[in-house]
Amino acid sequence: MEHNIKSVIILGSAALKIGEAGEFDYSGSQAIKALKQEGIYTILVNPNIATIQTSDHLADKVYLLPVTSESIEGVIKKENPDGILLAFGGQTALNCGMELDRLGILEKYNVKVLGTPISVIQATEDRQTFIEKLDEIDVIVPKSKSASNVEDTLTIANEIGYPVMIRLAFALGGLGSGVCWNDDEVRDLATNAFSYTSQVLVEEYLKGWKEVEYEVVRDSYDNCITVCNMENFDPLGIHTGESIVIAPSQTLSNSEYHKLREIAIKTVRHLGIIGECNIQYALDPESEEYRVIEVNARLSRSSALASKATGYPLAFIAAKLGLGYSLSELKNSITLSTMACFEPALDYVVVKIPRWDLKKFSMVSTEIGSSMKSVGEVMAIGKTFQEALQKAIRMLDIGAWGIVTNPDDIGSKISRDEIIQELTTPTDERVFTIPFALKEGMSVEEIHQHTRIDLWFLHKIANIVRVESLIREYAGGSCPRHIVDEAKRTGFSDPQIAGLLGTTERIVRKMRMNYGIKPHVKQIDTLAGEYPAQTNYLYLTYNASEDDISFEWKVPSVIVLGSGTYRIGSSVEFDWCCVNAVKTVKQENYRSILINYNPETVSTDYDEVDRLYFDEIRLETVMDIYEKERPEGVIISMGGQVANNMALPLEEMGAKILGTSARQIDRAEDRHKFSSMLDSLGIDQPEWSELTSLDEAKEFAGKVHYPVLVRPSYVLSGAAMGVATSDEEIEIFLEKAAKLSVDHPVVISKFLSNAKEIELDAVANKGEIITFAISEHVENAGVHSGDATLVLPPQRTYLETTRRVKNIARQIARNLDITGPFNIQFLAKANSVKVIECNLRASRSFPFVSKVTRQNFIELATKAILEKDPPVSPRSFLELDYVGVKASHFSFTRLLGADPILGVEMASTGEVGCLGDDFHEALLKAMLSVGFKVPLKRILLSTGPLENKVNFVESAKLLQKMGSTLYATTGTHKFLVDNGIESNIAIWPDEEGSPNVLEILGDNQFDLVINIPKNFRKEELSFGYQIRRKAVDHAIPLITNIQLAKRFIEAVYLKPFDELKIKAWDEYR
Amino acid sequence: MTMELILEDGTTYSGKHFGYEKSIAGEVVFNTGMVGYPETLTDPSYKGQILVFTYPLIGNYGVPDETREDNLLKFFESEKIHVKGIVITSLTKDYSHWNAIRSLEQWMIEHEIPGIEGVDTRALTRKLRSAGTQLGKMIVKDQDLSFYDPNNDNLVAQVSADQPEIYGDFNKRVVLIDTGCKKNIIRSFLNRGVSVLKVPWNYDFSGEKFDGLMLSNGPGDPTMVPETIENVRKQLAKDKPVFGICLGHQIISLAAGAHSYKLKFGHRSQNQPCVLVGTKRCFITSQNHGYAIDDQTLPDDWKPWFFNANDGSNEGIRHSTKPIRSVQFHPEAMPGPVDTSFLFDEFVNML
Repeated sequence: MEHNIKSVIILGSAALKIGEAGEFDYSGSQAIKALKQEGIYTILVNPNIATIQTSDHLADKVYLLPVTSESIEGVIKKENPDGILLAFGGQTALNCGMELDRLGILEKYNVKVLGTPISVIQATEDRQTFIEKLDEIDVIVPKSKSASNVEDTLTIANEIGYPVMIRLAFALGGLGSGVCWNDDEVRDLATNAFSYTSQVLVEEYLKGWKEVEYEVVRDSYDNCITVCNMENFDPLGIHTGESIVIAPSQTLSNSEYHKLREIAIKTVRHLGIIGECNIQYALDPESEEYRVIEVNARLSRSSALASKATGYPLAFIAAKLGLGYSLSELKNSITLSTMACFEPALDYVVVKIPRWDLKKFSMVSTEIGSSMKSVGEVMAIGKTFQEALQKAIRMLDIGAWGIVTNPDDIGSKISRDEIIQELTTPTDERVFTIPFALKEGMSVEEIHQHTRIDLWFLHKIANIVRVESLIREYAGGSCPRHIVDEAKRTGFSDPQIAGLLGTTERIVRKMRMNYGIKPHVKQIDTLAGEYPAQTNYLYLTYNASEDDISFEWKVPSVIVLGSGTYRIGSSVEFDWCCVNAVKTVKQENYRSILINYNPETVSTDYDEVDRLYFDEIRLETVMDIYEKERPEGVIISMGGQVANNMALPLEEMGAKILGTSARQIDRAEDRHKFSSMLDSLGIDQPEWSELTSLDEAKEFAGKVHYPVLVRPSYVLSGAAMGVATSDEEIEIFLEKAAKLSVDHPVVISKFLSNAKEIELDAVANKGEIITFAISEHVENAGVHSGDATLVLPPQRTYLETTRRVKNIARQIARNLDITGPFNIQFLAKANSVKVIECNLRASRSFPFVSKVTRQNFIELATKAILEKDPPVSPRSFLELDYVGVKASHFSFTRLLGADPILGVEMASTGEVGCLGDDFHEALLKAMLSVGFKVPLKRILLSTGPLENKVNFVESAKLLQKMGSTLYATTGTHKFLVDNGIESNIAIWPDEEGSPNVLEILGDNQFDLVINIPKNFRKEELSFGYQIRRKAVDHAIPLITNIQLAKRFIEAVYLKPFDELKIKAWDEYR
Repeated sequence: MTMELILEDGTTYSGKHFGYEKSIAGEVVFNTGMVGYPETLTDPSYKGQILVFTYPLIGNYGVPDETREDNLLKFFESEKIHVKGIVITSLTKDYSHWNAIRSLEQWMIEHEIPGIEGVDTRALTRKLRSAGTQLGKMIVKDQDLSFYDPNNDNLVAQVSADQPEIYGDFNKRVVLIDTGCKKNIIRSFLNRGVSVLKVPWNYDFSGEKFDGLMLSNGPGDPTMVPETIENVRKQLAKDKPVFGICLGHQIISLAAGAHSYKLKFGHRSQNQPCVLVGTKRCFITSQNHGYAIDDQTLPDDWKPWFFNANDGSNEGIRHSTKPIRSVQFHPEAMPGPVDTSFLFDEFVNML
C-alpha cells in the first residue's frame, strides 16, 4: 500500500470523565501502534498523564497540553504534520477537530484529515443534516425536528405528541438529554439545554423498544462489514452507556439481525464513513419496525467493548483504513492466517454492566436514564447469559456475590410498591431487584410489563432464582454433585454457594475440587474455532469439558493482577502501572499473565501480555488460574486496592505473593497495627480512636477538640466520610448516614485545619528506598488526595519538612521490609510532620511522578519484586528545571443534583498532568486542560468566611488589574468594596432586590464562579449549594477551594495565554 | 436423560437429551453462525448430517408459524428439518419473540429430530477442524446403531422435487434445477419479477421454454449426480444465461470439465470473506458446503470469479464469453448476510 503520509498528529480525549473514559486510551494507543508499524512519525496531544498512550514507548512526540484548537494549532505549527486523526479521542477530539476545520487551521497548515472526512462527521453530528441524509436512502429515523429556542421546542413537542425525547447536538454521552411528558418538563429541560448548545432535537419517544447497536467498518474501496452487534438488556430510554449490554444480540431472529445489518452498511456507505463507526437502532419488540437513532463517526465506548468482546482490533484497523488500506489487505491479528475483512463469529456471550459510584456524592439522584452517570464498566465472558451476568455483577466490586444471595441483600425492597417503583423508575440497583420481585411472587410477565426488559432475559434470571432455591434445599448439609455442577454452570460463585449452604468459601472450594468441578480455559479467536489461532486471549467457563491451551511452559511465569473496573479513586493510572509491570516482567524473561476484566483498558489488549485472562479478580478465580498456570508468584501491588486486598487471602490459599510480604501489607492496612508501629518508631500521627457508640464518639471528639474526621465502617447513604465540627454534626452524621454498633465501629481522628498535605511515592528494595518523589497539594488538608492539585517538585514546602518526610519514609520502609512500590501521605504544619496513611502498593500518582521525573517507578518496583536488583538512585527531584502539576476533572455537570464541593471523600473522575517552565505555567495548562477558560472577563465571587475574604483580597486586586468584571454575593461584595475593589452586587436568593445571583448565573455570561463553602459540613439545599449547582448545570467553571482559587488567579495574571509554551514532554529535561 | 455423541474415532461426548427421543447416525459437521437456526435446520444441504452449533445459546427466539406466501413457507427454507440431529451447549426453552409460536424443542419433536445439550461444542469443533469431518452417532437409552456415511448415497435424489412446479406468473422465466433448493432462491426470483419452473434433479428440461437456467444448492458430493451434470453440459453449449449456487456451482464446474474435492471440514458459517478476483473488493458471505472446486482444473474459456480470502479456495467461476456464472457461497442468504444479493439482479438483467 502506497501513501505519502509521513507524520500524523493524534488527538486524545484529555481527562477521564463521565461519558469519556479509558476506552480512548485504548483506541488511541492502538492507533499509534498501527501508524508506527507503517513507519509514520506520531505526535500525540493529550494532557492525561496517567494514560498508556502518553508513555515514552508509544508516540514519537507527546504533548501534555489541552485538547483545544489554540494548543493544537501551536503543535501543528511546530511539528508540521501531514495528517491528523480525530476519531480516536472521543467527542473531545472530534469537537476539537471540527473547530480546527471551522477556523481554517487544517487548511492553512495543509493537514489532511485521515479517515472519515470532516463533512461526513458534521453530517452525523448535526441532526437535521443527518435526518436528511438518511431520508435520501429511505432509512427511517424517529419523527423529529430541531429547535433553537425554548418556544420552538414546545411547539414541536406538541406537534409530535408526548412523550418526547429531547437530545442535544454535539454532546458526549447523552449529556442533558431526557424524556419529557409535558410542557413543564420540556420547558425545564430546554432552558437548561440551551446553555450548552444552540440546537436541540425533539423526537418521538419509543418507549419499550429494543436498543440494538452495530459496529461498522468501511474502507475507501467500499468494503463494509459489521464487526459486532450488541443488544441492550434495558430497553430504549436508558442511555447505552447506562445499560447492561449483551453481545451478540440474543432475541433477534436471522431476519431482524440481517435487516439491521444491511441498513447499517447501506447507511455507512451513503454517509461515506472511512474507518469505524457505531450505529444505534430502536427495534419494535412486536414487529420488524426499526428506527436509526444515531451514528457515531468515531471510535466510541461501544467500539472498545466490541473490540474486547470479539477480539477484533477496531481502532487498529480503523487507523490503517485511514491511511488508505483495503480491509482485504489487512490480517486478522488473532489468527494471523485469515484476513481482517470478515465478521467475527462468537462462541460465547459477553455481558457489560456499567459501574456507578453514586454513593460518593451527596444529594445526587440515583435514577438512571438517558444521560450517563456511570464512571466505569465491566465485561464478563461466559458460555451462557447467566454465567456471564453473574460474573459481571461480581466484577462491579460492590460487595455482590452474584445476582442473588448477597450480603446486605443488595436491591431488596421493603414492599411490593417499592419493588414496582424500582422496576419502573430504575436506579443503579434495578437488576438486583428483579430476583426479589420474582421471590415476591411477581410473574416474569408482570416484571416485563414494568421494565419492558425482554422476557428472554427475565426467564434466564428466573432460572438463576430457581437454581438458588435448589442449592438452598441443602443448607446445613452437603450439596450433591449435579446441583453444584448446575450452580457453577449458571454462574454461581463459591461464596454464593457457601452463603446458601451456610458454610465457608473454603469448604465449598474443597467440595468442588472433590467433585472435580473446575472451570476450563477457552480462547477468544474471532472464528469460533473454525481456524487454528495462536490467541492468548482467554476466559474461564464451567460450560466446557476441556482447556483450549496447555500449561506446560519452559519459562517461569508471573501473574499480575489488574485493577478491575474504573471507579472514583481507581482508574487509568493503575492500568498504566499494570501495563508497565507486565512489560518489565517480559523484559526480565518471565512469561507474563495478566488478569483483568475492564474493557476500557490497554492492559486487556491481548498484544500487551503473553496470556490475558479476561476474568474476575477474586480469590476463587485467581486461585483457579494460579493452580492451572503454576506461576512463580503473583504481583498484587499494581492494580490498586482491589488487587492489594487479596494479599492475605491468596497467601492463605497457598499462592506466593511477590514483593512486600502479605503480613507486612496487613501491618500497613490494619489501622491498629500500623498505629502501634508508628508509635514504636516515634513517628507522629493524628490522634484517632475506633469507637462503637455515639457517646464515646462525642467524648473522644471533645478530648481531641473539633474538627474531627469521621469514618463509619457501615454507610447507609451518602458519602462515607465526613468532617464534623460540633457534637450536633457528629450526631447528624452518625445517626442519619451510618449504622454504628460493635460490628460496625466508627473511626474518628483529629482533623488538622490549615495543614499542608504532602505525598511521597517511592520504591524500596528489601527495606531500602531506591527512588522517591515528594509532591505537595495546592489545597490544604481536607480535600481528598485524589481531588487535590498536585505539584512536583513542591513549591511551597519547607526544605526541613521534605527532609523529615524522607526520613520517616526511610524508617517505615525498613520496618515494613518493603520490596516494591509504596506511597505515604503526610500532614505538615510548621515543620511538624504527621503520617496519615501508608499504602504498600502503587498509588494513583505513580504515572504522574514517573512521567514528570522521567524515571519509571513501576519498572524499578517490578525489578525489585522480581529480585533483579534494580539500580539505586535516591535522587531528590527537588531540583528539576521545570514543574509538573496534576489537576482533577470533575463530572458534576452530569451528576444531577450532586453538590459540587470538594471534601474528604473523593469526587473527581479523572485527571490531567501538565509541565511548565514554572509552577504558574504548569498550573494554567493543567487548569485549561480540565475545562477552565481564560480570559477571566466576568467572575462571580462568594468567598465564605471572613478569614477567606481577607485571604482573597490580593487575588481580587489581580483580577481587577486584568480588567475582570467582578460580581459578588452580598457579604463578599461589601468586603471587596470596603477594600477598594470594584464589584457588582449579586443578591442572595432570599434577599430583596436585584440582580439576584441565581438569575445572573442563568444568563450564562460567566467565565468562572468561585464559591468557597463556609465549613466542611455539607449544606443541604443551602444557597451556596444552589450557586454551585447552577454553575455546573450551566457548565461554568467552578472553584470551591480558596488556595486553588488564589493560585489559579495568580497563574492567569502572570502567564498571558499566548505565552504558554508549546513544548513536548521530552523537551523538559 | 443423558445422550451420547460417539465419533467414528471413538471419542464420546455426553450431554442432556432434548427433542425427539431416538438414536441417529450421520456425518458430524459444525456451523459457526450466531443466528438463523430455523433457516439452517430446514436447509436441504444438511441432509444426512449431525449439526454442531458453535454458538452456545440456541432456541432463544423460538420457531415461527407455517404461514405461506406464493405457496412457499414464509419463515423456513424447505418443508421440513433436514439435519438428523443437533449438538449444542445450551437450549432455551422459554423463548421470546413476537412471531414465534413454539419452542425449538417442540418443533424438533414434531419433526422427530433429537438433540444433545451441555456439550463442549468448541472442543468438538476443534476436534473436527484438526481431524477433519467425521461420522458420528447420537445414542439415547442404549439404542445403539451403526455409523452411516451419507456421502455414499444420492442425497440429492432424496431432497429434490418429484414433479416440476411453477412459481409466479411473469414474462421472464427461469428453469431451476432442484437439487435440494433453499426456498429463498425461488423468493429471490419472484421478488424480481421472474417466474420459476422448478424441476427435479434428473429432469430433461431441454424441451421447456425458459430465459435462463438456475442451479440450486444441495447436499453431498456433486459427483453423485451424473445425470444432472450431463443435462447441464448440454445446456452450457448454448448461449442462454446460467447461474449456479453451491452444489449448483459445483455441477456447472464439473459440467465444464473441472474437478471437485472434499474439504477437510467444509465451510459452514455466515462470515466467509470472498474476494472478487482482480479487485480489492471483499464480500461477507453465508456458506454451507463440504466439497469444493479446484479452479486449476478449469478449461481455458472459464475464469475464477471469487476466491475465499481465508483459505484461498475457489468461490465462483465465470465463462469468458457467455453469460454463465456460478458461486460457491449463498447470495440468497437465509441465514446470513445479504451482501451478494446483487448477483441475482445481475443474472435477472441478463435474461
